[in-house]
Amino acid sequence: MMSFIIKNLPILIVITPLMFSLIVAVLNNNRLAWALSTFATFLTMIFTILLCFEVSYKSNISYYLGNWPPPLGIEYVIDTISIIPIMIVSVIGLIATLFAHNFFTLEIDEKLVSKTYSLWLLTIAGLIGLITTADAFNLFVFLEISSLSAVALVALGSKVDRKALVAGYNYLILGAVGATFYVIGVGLLYGVTGTLNMGDLAQKIPALGLNKSVIVAFAFMMLGIMVKAAVFPLHIWLPNAYAYAPSPVSVLLAATATKVSIYILVRISYTIFGSSYEIYSFESLRYILLYLAILAMFAGTIMAIFEKDVKKLLAHSSIAQIGYIILGISLATSSGIASSFIHLINHALIKAGLFMSVVAMGYYTLKRIDVNTIAGIGRRLPITFFAFVICALSLAGLPLTVGFISKLYLIKAAYMSEGIWLPFLILVSSALSLIYIWKLIEGLWYNQKNSKPEKIKELPEIYIPLLFITFLNIYFGIDAGLIIDNSFIASDALISGIK
Amino acid sequence: MIDQIFGVWNYWIVFILMMIGLYIVISKKSLLKKIVGLAIFQTSVFLLYITFGKIAGGTAPILTDNVNEIYSNPLPHVLILTAIVVGVATTALGLALTVRINKAYGTINEDEISASDLVEYHEKYLEDKN
Repeated sequence: MMSFIIKNLPILIVITPLMFSLIVAVLNNNRLAWALSTFATFLTMIFTILLCFEVSYKSNISYYLGNWPPPLGIEYVIDTISIIPIMIVSVIGLIATLFAHNFFTLEIDEKLVSKTYSLWLLTIAGLIGLITTADAFNLFVFLEISSLSAVALVALGSKVDRKALVAGYNYLILGAVGATFYVIGVGLLYGVTGTLNMGDLAQKIPALGLNKSVIVAFAFMMLGIMVKAAVFPLHIWLPNAYAYAPSPVSVLLAATATKVSIYILVRISYTIFGSSYEIYSFESLRYILLYLAILAMFAGTIMAIFEKDVKKLLAHSSIAQIGYIILGISLATSSGIASSFIHLINHALIKAGLFMSVVAMGYYTLKRIDVNTIAGIGRRLPITFFAFVICALSLAGLPLTVGFISKLYLIKAAYMSEGIWLPFLILVSSALSLIYIWKLIEGLWYNQKNSKPEKIKELPEIYIPLLFITFLNIYFGIDAGLIIDNSFIASDALISGIK
Repeated sequence: MIDQIFGVWNYWIVFILMMIGLYIVISKKSLLKKIVGLAIFQTSVFLLYITFGKIAGGTAPILTDNVNEIYSNPLPHVLILTAIVVGVATTALGLALTVRINKAYGTINEDEISASDLVEYHEKYLEDKN
């Protein structure tokens, strides 16, 4: 039994949430649906931890779906690189599911709650499938599974605010155009190489030399995934989708969805096309992604400074943080990619914590939390506010929090490959981000002019997930060895594929 | 010259359909028309794949006694079967959202929706002020 599980771990982490989503959909009891979803995500996390041990001494697990060997069959690959985003999704998935129950019962029609959990598990299954698969077309299928269910989840926020429908619609249209661009790229690659397996593609692409189809395919695939990853000029769907989604959905999507897309971006640019000398001699990553990343850093931060709605503010800040992650990737050095991975993990922890604490503050009033209406809430909800402050300081990158570690490594990597100007820009945008963080902390704690005393109470049910995330924010800020070591192992593995 | 146009006319059709679809998605204000545009855009990609798979004079890939029989590549067709299912799901979800938007706003015109949101925002602002 155990050896059977160990052998089939790569598919089990995808199948578990997928199967449970079918079971949960037909349940009528909301509490039972929640318990089963928690069980499913817990099981997924156990499998992921087992997989971590497997990877730690095998370093590369290749799983043939239905025992059909690649390149004809679909291959799932778990290696030192993909285990990082899998860990993020399964850990955040469990924490967010624990967190979700109170909010779903309040924000969604009672009849729809169990269906919501079904979509929720489907999103998680899609995201994990995206990471594990090594087949370019299978990746598209998982991309659509995760984004269609995410769109439906976003639109479910319509009971609280009808704008959620429009946000979901825009997410759907842009996401579908992005995914179709990706499929065009895959089709062009299939036309010239005759294979869909990523490893096989990487072997066949260098022989084609300066083939126009390969270059166009590279552009299409990167552009398609950049829409999903919300890289700066293509981010337009993100703020509304995160702001109007039901609260737990904001937590899940903000912490995992864009991270997984960024991981795919890394896979496309380094694993599939990394072996193509022609594409790398253009330094396309540096000349396009680097400048987009710098623009994202500033545009996201400035939009966040002027934003009044707190959830939207956090979404804008996500765009800036995605900029930091893309910056590390675009440097195309081992330390640059490692710093991206470090920030990928850390930003998931930070944003999950921030969204959790912010939506907990608005729980009883069901109102949108505005910079003007939050006055003094912090004093009435001290524990939630404590978690918020830790995560907010972590976002700004203060020492002893995870945010500091990622900024440190990012600045080091930027200095090593670009000289002094790039670290300077990173520091300036970090300093700017202090403005909006201070704006929030000031409003929550120091402003006392709350005229309408509304019934606001602490929400003890969410203490476990919230304080656990806060604890991780501090713990990995003090003892970051685990994150840093694994990120460097992953980036070395990626860089070694480039010629 | 003639060969460049008519020799690869499949690709020209794909190209034209793709641009029509993308243009509709970008330019039209009606949410319904955007979904139609998206469907045209996706269909053009289906045609692209199927064109890749076709070999001139090739038959269906069925096992026969003739070893030298030329047959079309079946894999792109199978991939497109999956992509069609995905496309149907996307269209269905988009239409469902359009119905809900129509119920909530009373219109499916993008400009009118944002105008209606703006009015709501100002009313709420005045309410908070009082």
